[in-house]
Amino acid sequence: MTAPPDDCLARNEWICGEYLSTRRQIIVDAVLQHLELTAVSILIALVIAVPLAVVARRWALAAGPVLALTTILYTIPSLAMFSLLLPVYGLSASLVVAGLVLYSLTLLVRNILAGLRAVPEDTRQAARGMGYGPIRLLLTVELPLALPAAMAGLRIATVSAVSLVTVGAIVGFGGLGNLIYTGMNTYFKAQVLTASVLCVVIAVLADLLLLGVQRILTPWTRAARS
Amino acid sequence: MNTISDAWQWLTDSAHWAGDDGIWHRLTQHLVLTVVCLILSCLIALPVALVLGHLGKGGALAVNISNVGRAVPTFAVLVLLLLTPIGRWSEGPTVVALVLFAVPPLLTNAYVGMRGVDRSVVQAARGMGMTGRQMLWRVELPLAMPLVLSGVRIAAVQLVATATIAALAGGGGLGRIITAGFNLASTPQVVAGAVLVAVFALIVEGLFEIGERLAPGGARGRGRTG
Repeated sequence: MTAPPDDCLARNEWICGEYLSTRRQIIVDAVLQHLELTAVSILIALVIAVPLAVVARRWALAAGPVLALTTILYTIPSLAMFSLLLPVYGLSASLVVAGLVLYSLTLLVRNILAGLRAVPEDTRQAARGMGYGPIRLLLTVELPLALPAAMAGLRIATVSAVSLVTVGAIVGFGGLGNLIYTGMNTYFKAQVLTASVLCVVIAVLADLLLLGVQRILTPWTRAARS
Repeated sequence: MNTISDAWQWLTDSAHWAGDDGIWHRLTQHLVLTVVCLILSCLIALPVALVLGHLGKGGALAVNISNVGRAVPTFAVLVLLLLTPIGRWSEGPTVVALVLFAVPPLLTNAYVGMRGVDRSVVQAARGMGMTGRQMLWRVELPLAMPLVLSGVRIAAVQLVATATIAALAGGGGLGRIITAGFNLASTPQVVAGAVLVAVFALIVEGLFEIGERLAPGGARGRGRTG
């Protein structure tokens, strides 16, 4: 019988190079699952949020119910949200995605609506005077002008989603949250710290990426400032 | 639809309301935890925000703390704390994690509210010979009150939601009913617990809403940030 290796894994240290090298595949898989869940949720939420915001902008009557509904959804705690969707989706990745979509809706709808409402009436009338129909007005004037506010909402929604994915660990689809969950039960310090740090790194990188996209998409905001 | 009637049956069974694992006990734990953490985080965040807002410094700090707070998963912080010496004190990790998450919205809202006070009003107050302290208490704070209170409201609702996640790490509170349901593979209990948590969160949000409506003019919400 050989003596157990005396490395940082055996000593259960917080920071451990051995952990990174021996569990590389597990970590990579968790990161990929984390990214996938976040990206899919945010994309679906965007697809739903834009029409909702446009409808709320066009018909004032719709604005109240749309905002109230999304706010109520946001109030429901994440653990409860995932659990309430359990009978519908079962223990699946769709469950986590559905929960995250419902969460992101509030932030996205609110910000896109605020952006659309901030489009000056003069601008809209000028476009109409130039013969723009309602669809062309929306696509080429209103939505681009709403972009800065919408992107601000998108950044907050994405960062929140990255951190909320971890709660998905309760149904086994939590990306890095799974590592934190199992690490908690086995008091595996290196795993918990590594996964937590990676979560924050992903959130910060996603935020910077979106900031870059925003700068590319809205060159006029930079021109105006300088 | 079976799950819903099963969940209803679980909820109406009086055996599930009594005892140490009963709903009443969990609800009390949840409430005490939320209130204690709300008071603690107000005591930490509000004085700092009011002083910084009065001096007009540290805006970037407030915003950054708020953004970083969003990027760090609550669940990760809870588990990290659980594995440190604080974890030996039963509710310690939960209280620390909850306070950490309630501070950013409180800090940002109070700071933004203080800075949002009309500069000409502040100058008028100075012209009348008010000292800095008088200006803070009699002019700036009353005018900033709506935003300060909406920060308290956001923090309170966030606390109710986050206290649920504490159950994942073995803490008390309503989330415990959900995690116990998962461990028993009892979907009705999971759904029943989720309904309880969601209703509780909505009631807290609703109470703040009513409070804001009933409050005298000055304290009425104008909007919120963060």
